[in-house]
Amino acid sequence: MSFYGLVDGTETSLKKYLGSLSGVDQVGADARAAMLATRSIKTTSKRWAIDTAISMVDLTTLEGADTPGKVKALCTKAVRPDPTDATVPSVGAVCVYNDMVEIARTHLDLIGGQHVGVAAVSTAFPSGRASMAVKIQDTKDAINAGASEIDMVIDRGAFLSGRYIEVFDEIVKIREVCATKAHLKVIFETGELVTYDNVRKASFLAMAAGADFIKTSTGKVSPAATAPVVLVMLEAVRDFYTMTKVRIGVKPAGGIRNTKDAIKQLVLVNETAGPEWLKPSLFRIGASALLNDLLMQRMKIDDGYYASPQYVTID
Amino acid sequence: MSNRIDVKKTYKLFINGAFPRTESGRTYEVKNAKGIFIANPCLASRKDLRDAVVAARAAHHGWNKATAYNKGQILYRLAEMLEGRRAQFVDEIVTVTGVSKAKAEIEVTDSVDRLVWYAGWADKISSLSGALNPVAGPYYNFTIPESMGVIAAIAPETPSLLGFIDSIAPIIVGGNTVVVLASTKAPLSAMSFAEVIATSDLPAGVINILTGRKDEITPWMASHMDIDGLDISGLSSKKHAEVKSTGAQNLKRIYSFKSDEPGRILAFMENKTVWHPIGL
Amino acid sequence: MEEKLSFEYAPAPESRALVTIKPKYGHFIGGKFVAGSKHFPTINPATEEVLSQISLAAKADVDAAVKAARKAYTTTWSKMSGKERGKYLFRIARIMQERSREFAVLETLDNGKPIRESRDVDVPLAAAHFFYHAGWADKLEYAGLGTTPKAHGVAGQIIPWNFPLLMLAWKVAPALAAGNTVVLKPAETTSLTALLFAEVCQQAELPAGVVNIVTGDGSTGALIVNHPGIDKIAFTGSTEVGKIIARAVAPTKKSVTLELGGKAANIIFDDAAIDESVEGIVNGIFFNQGHVCCAGSRLILQESIADEVIEKLKNRMAKIRVGDPMDKNTDLGAINSKEQLLKIGELSAAGDSEGAQRWSAPCDLPGKGFWFAPTIFTGVTQAHRIAREEIFGPVLSVLTFRTPQEAIDKANNTPFGLSAGIWSEKGAKVLWASQQLRAGVIWANTFNKFDPASPFGGYKESGWGREGGRHGLSAYLKGVSHE
Repeated sequence: MSFYGLVDGTETSLKKYLGSLSGVDQVGADARAAMLATRSIKTTSKRWAIDTAISMVDLTTLEGADTPGKVKALCTKAVRPDPTDATVPSVGAVCVYNDMVEIARTHLDLIGGQHVGVAAVSTAFPSGRASMAVKIQDTKDAINAGASEIDMVIDRGAFLSGRYIEVFDEIVKIREVCATKAHLKVIFETGELVTYDNVRKASFLAMAAGADFIKTSTGKVSPAATAPVVLVMLEAVRDFYTMTKVRIGVKPAGGIRNTKDAIKQLVLVNETAGPEWLKPSLFRIGASALLNDLLMQRMKIDDGYYASPQYVTID
Repeated sequence: MSNRIDVKKTYKLFINGAFPRTESGRTYEVKNAKGIFIANPCLASRKDLRDAVVAARAAHHGWNKATAYNKGQILYRLAEMLEGRRAQFVDEIVTVTGVSKAKAEIEVTDSVDRLVWYAGWADKISSLSGALNPVAGPYYNFTIPESMGVIAAIAPETPSLLGFIDSIAPIIVGGNTVVVLASTKAPLSAMSFAEVIATSDLPAGVINILTGRKDEITPWMASHMDIDGLDISGLSSKKHAEVKSTGAQNLKRIYSFKSDEPGRILAFMENKTVWHPIGL
Repeated sequence: MEEKLSFEYAPAPESRALVTIKPKYGHFIGGKFVAGSKHFPTINPATEEVLSQISLAAKADVDAAVKAARKAYTTTWSKMSGKERGKYLFRIARIMQERSREFAVLETLDNGKPIRESRDVDVPLAAAHFFYHAGWADKLEYAGLGTTPKAHGVAGQIIPWNFPLLMLAWKVAPALAAGNTVVLKPAETTSLTALLFAEVCQQAELPAGVVNIVTGDGSTGALIVNHPGIDKIAFTGSTEVGKIIARAVAPTKKSVTLELGGKAANIIFDDAAIDESVEGIVNGIFFNQGHVCCAGSRLILQESIADEVIEKLKNRMAKIRVGDPMDKNTDLGAINSKEQLLKIGELSAAGDSEGAQRWSAPCDLPGKGFWFAPTIFTGVTQAHRIAREEIFGPVLSVLTFRTPQEAIDKANNTPFGLSAGIWSEKGAKVLWASQQLRAGVIWANTFNKFDPASPFGGYKESGWGREGGRHGLSAYLKGVSHE
């Protein structure tokens, strides 16, 4: 592991690296995010943004009540979000629990969705409270079942008590398990890290440890993917690129329910990390209800009148 | 009564904590009300003013930084020292102005008390005039009065001691340094007060005292670009317009006062407002 | 999905339909619009389109306005209780809120500033100023000026073109709350929102003559300053004109407040939150095209972070959206006038010729109208003209420092003293620096924030007195012993 030459894997070097990061002023970050939220995206750009957002959705179901039937339905929706309109792109991936990965992969392949990935939440999602052995096994299971993306949670307890090296080592180990078989998304649960300083620190920690993506939240804790949190993470990937020439992806998840929110996210990406990040390989949105609103707004633009939920499928 | 010849004082300027003679080498005669010669104080020149301003500017940073408690104690110390020299000041006021001893004593008493009054303001003026401003946003916002810098003052002709105290005390209690032109006809009180200053732990340069002619010094005060404010209470109101007009060159704050009150301190203070976000 | 890497924002123009601009305007005197004699055009600086013809007030017009103001003062306004005066101000605040979009559109058309700023900053703050001061009208005896503070009488107010409506509010609201009546002159290039404000006064049923608005140029301003019927002058504008006014009123009993120029230092320490600092730099100098007296026009960077900050700043500047001020996505609008554009160009050229390095954000400037790309000069020293003179445009001079004291010394090395910025995550250092800086407004870890409750105004040659808060109110009241 090279860690991009930023750290050497020791606690001393990690502390030095994290200590070198500048702080984040909450009020300033909030103000910047609020200003970008005033961007008015109209007509052709809105249409482009909607399709881009659809292609970035990690269509998610993470319920105790999930069944093969529910997951298969989700996969169908993922491949063809609007059965009446073939121009609607597929979503980026479906995101499910470990035991649903094989069902999802099989079904996607069956219906011509080979291009849609399966993301598995991993490492004792959502709490992260399990032994390392269990977390590794959890990840291996998912990959063996066909997951191409692993959404792992960090140990927020360790992070908040300053045991950064433990968090770092866990990411490094899961990274090793993923190897070349799966993309690694590291979930911070920003609602539990609370401060933007922590979000920035976690971002740089995860990127140095080998994350392909940094992700805000599990969707189980509120607040989740607020605009300023995403802004701070986008600034982190931008700065990391300046240092390493490697682009790390960002995935806001939780709380992005409508087109307006999604477009605000794209504006954040465009004006913070830059347009290079405006593709599914570098930006994903973890969501479920969002997709239907995107579809309805798409219909409104194409048809010229407001759509009804009756015309979009509820799966 | 003995036939001893008394030792007379040479009245000099007070600049940067020292007692120099005027660089011009000039003096003028001070006579009492009956026309009898009293002293030859310095007839200060514009160059003396220049030197005094340099001293006042150099002293400003340190005096401004002194704690309010410290400033208050030093002003109180001035009162203590004046109290101890009551007889000398009464004597000089009587000699120069010809007022009764009783009247002179009242003036000295008032001067001591006035100093004590101003001393107490040092650590109160900020809470009186400062504010925490409830702005509509996540910001901590407060306004505090701060010293303006170097202030010049023209002391009134009379009362020569009390008027002088009113010319300097409100200016320095706010953290400014001062260059003051004493009463022309009755400069002895001011010059003797320099001795009070010299024994009061007031840093050199905080108060600088000139004696001389208003007509000569005032225009230079008004035009001096390193003087931030000007108290023209001691100047004939006929001259105010001209001084204010000249002072506009660096937008000097130029005021004359009718009485002592906290506003007199605040007149030579600037309000500074500080914003800071409130967040994690 | 079509492959498109860049996210082009389609034009999102605010509608003009909300505003009606008359072909020609007169003055607002004694509660009525009266015809003017001579006129001059007011243009949209973004397009050079003539919006309307504005009257140039001559002596007779100013006399009439002062007479109306005096009459209103003696017969009505000074006799009315503070409680009732306050209600008029509350009414005005509410009507301004109701008509806020109309004001914003008109301001943007006439001034050239982005609709986002007129909509989100100028107009809401203007209404807030009336709301704030309305509440003072019946509480003047608690303002710290004794138990019976008195109004001056008739206030003559002259305001600049950079925040036309907001500066009107800063002037008119405290004056009226304190019990004065006013004669106000908006800037030559930006009279329209003041004239719309006159309509608001009518809708609020403000007694005739309490607010009088005369339009014109510097000659009209001089008539106000020198008018014997005026008791109080309030001026916002250049230091140069401020000094002329100070001289003009020297022989009079007029009370004066001046809010003048600045050359604010924006100091970034190496322990600052860098990304927010970069936002603060941008907001400090590019807000309102840099047409801001308190703009952070001198960036003073700690050497250890200078390269990093400048690189980030350039990246950020490249994202500033320059163009049609009516587009909701525009960040930087038009320069207010040809004259101002020439001045900015002249000082920038001086930066080049004195050896500073110019960098401008790559952006397409419209063919018509007055435009200047966001620009920074690096390698600037204290001796450069662009480090000393107010440019009043989107041009930033970058200097560096090694120790905190050096930063403060450079920041204070100017006859101006309006504002300053400090960026550091270390609380003690922030307070130390805020104490050391000789400026009336210190923004620590923020910049260009304004609020009616927050006193604003300068040290040294940046002005006399404060506007906003209890301190600002006192400028419109007698009650202090000095004159």
